[in-house]
Order: sequence, then structure tokens, then C-alpha cells
Amino acid sequence: MANTAALTGINGLRDIRRSPASHLAGAMEAGSIEGTVTLSEGPFQTMAGVRVDPRSEEGARIASVAGGLPARCGEVAGTDRVTVLWLGPQEFLVVAPEEAHDSLGGDLIGSLTAALGDAPGQVVDLSANRTTFELSGPRARAVLEKGCSLDLHPRSFTPGTALNTEVGNIPVVLLKTGDDSFRLFPRASFADYLGRWLLDAMREFASPEVP
Amino acid sequence: MLLISCPNCGSRDETEFHYGGQAHVPYPENPNDLNDREWAEYLFYRANTKGTFAERWVHSTGCRQWFNMLRDTVTYDIQAVYPMGTPRPASAAPAPESGTASLAPDSTTTGTAGPSVSATSSASTTAPKGATK
Repeated sequence: MANTAALTGINGLRDIRRSPASHLAGAMEAGSIEGTVTLSEGPFQTMAGVRVDPRSEEGARIASVAGGLPARCGEVAGTDRVTVLWLGPQEFLVVAPEEAHDSLGGDLIGSLTAALGDAPGQVVDLSANRTTFELSGPRARAVLEKGCSLDLHPRSFTPGTALNTEVGNIPVVLLKTGDDSFRLFPRASFADYLGRWLLDAMREFASPEVP
Repeated sequence: MLLISCPNCGSRDETEFHYGGQAHVPYPENPNDLNDREWAEYLFYRANTKGTFAERWVHSTGCRQWFNMLRDTVTYDIQAVYPMGTPRPASAAPAPESGTASLAPDSTTTGTAGPSVSATSSASTTAPKGATK
């Protein structure tokens, strides 16, 4: 039972909340093999779902707030702090650090809502909708390839691109952040399953390689 | 496993899609004028074609957009992918032997600039043995 005395204001709530895969934190630390493949759950992030026609005037206003809107599947737009992922021709996911949330002094959701105005479309606070997994290391691609049928070879999946696809049979947004690092955005209710699935896929790399 | 060319996302596995039944079934202009038989036929009766069939699909774990597809129900050969609301293209030309996800080059309006993965229909063949699909 939560300590109700701690529930004073937004910071009290922040202290007692749990991320969707927090119960796997120890397992992820134990299952990570430094220098081969490591897995961790990312911090809480501010996310906003945006539906707007990118060619319209309101789309241009939203793009100026978010730092651009990706034009097609695979593209990622945004600034150094804000990432805009392509979910559909008129659907985007804006990801920003936690401090960008309006309740913590930021203005991401509010400014996006203001940019949309009364025009057709929507801006929805989806900060609790997805969690993030950071998978990195030289064997990270081999881990993902066990459950993702896309071509993840660097010649076609380059850093700075993101794809909506399935990993381990569940829908995720797969963002490649670096040459050997990936960020996965599963829905919160899939976090437990995907975390355990990734840990299982990583297990073989803990053993010495069989020649 | 079919490889289906989503007009927005390029070639993806069949498991990312959901089937939407027969395409080009118009809603009755005046539903109140139909008798029970005609209404039941609109609701429940569909063609059971052996051969080229126009059907609807949605890329449910990708871009979540609907599109139409011409598919041969015998050979599973995908002959065309075209947007919702456009008429059924002629299906005379037999599809080339390049694979299951053959796609006429001019059959999409928005798919000209798919992601780089779209160029590689070998995505499924490069998957490791442990792939669950």
C-alpha cells in the first residue's frame, strides 16, 4: 500500500509510481552482458499522439512546434530533445524527456494543442501509453532478428530511422538510435512480455561462443 | 507466409495485416427500400471466387491504413495493391514470377517512396532460424 503521506502534489506521485517493467530491472541487469548486448528500461518520457494532415496549415504549425513531421515510413523528425516518429500518413508520436510534460514545468502538450487550435486533428497525452527499452551492443541486432522479420542490416536500417513492426509477435515502434543501439516502444501492457522475451533471446550470448 | 506490399510501409509479413473481406461491396443507396432477403444478401453474402479476388486489408501493426488488393485465391499471387475508393484494376496481366509479393509498379499512389526495407523482399529469408514466424 502506498504511503499516502507522500501523495502531496505532483512530486509525491512521481515518487511512488512504477514504470511498466520496473519489476524486471534486476533481471535485466543480470541478463545484460557488457560488451555484447545490454538491456535496460528507459526513463519515463513525455509522449504525445498527434493526428494531423501534414500538408495542411495546422500541420505546418505542429511541425514548427515539434521540429518537423516525418514525411514517410521510417523517417524520424524533431530536434535534439524532441523526437517525432511516424505512425501513419497522418499520425505521429512525439517523444520528449519527462521534464517537457506540462505538469513538470514543460509545455510540450500545451504548445502542441495550441498549435492545432480548432483545426481538424488531435493531440493526446500518451505519456503512460508506452514504455521504452534500450537494447544495445554488438549482438543487439542478432537478438532482435530472432523475432523481427524486417531487414535490420545496417545497409537498409540506418541509425535515425524508426519502423512500426512486430518484435516477438507484439507491435512495437523500433527506433535505431546508433550503430549498435535500438530503442523499442511497446505498449505498457506488453512491457513484461517483451522484457522477458528479450532477456530470453539474449541468454545465448552469455555463454562462450561455440566454434 | 505472404509478403504484402503496404502502400505506405513497403513489404511486410502477412502477420502484420488483417483481412477485411471482399472489396467493392457498396452500401445500399436506400437501405429502407430493401426487403429482408436483399438486406441479408448485402450483409452476409459474399463472392467465393476461385481465382483473382479483390479484397480489403489493413496494416494493423504498421500504419493502420486500409487498402485494396487483387489476390489469386488459388496461387496466392498478389497482382495489385491499390487505394481504397479506386475502381478495381484490370487483372489480365499474369504476375511475374519474382515472388509472392509481386506488385505492379503503378498500382499504388503513395507507395513510391517506401522505406528502405521495401526494396528487400528477402527480409524473411534472412531471418534467423529462431524467428518465431
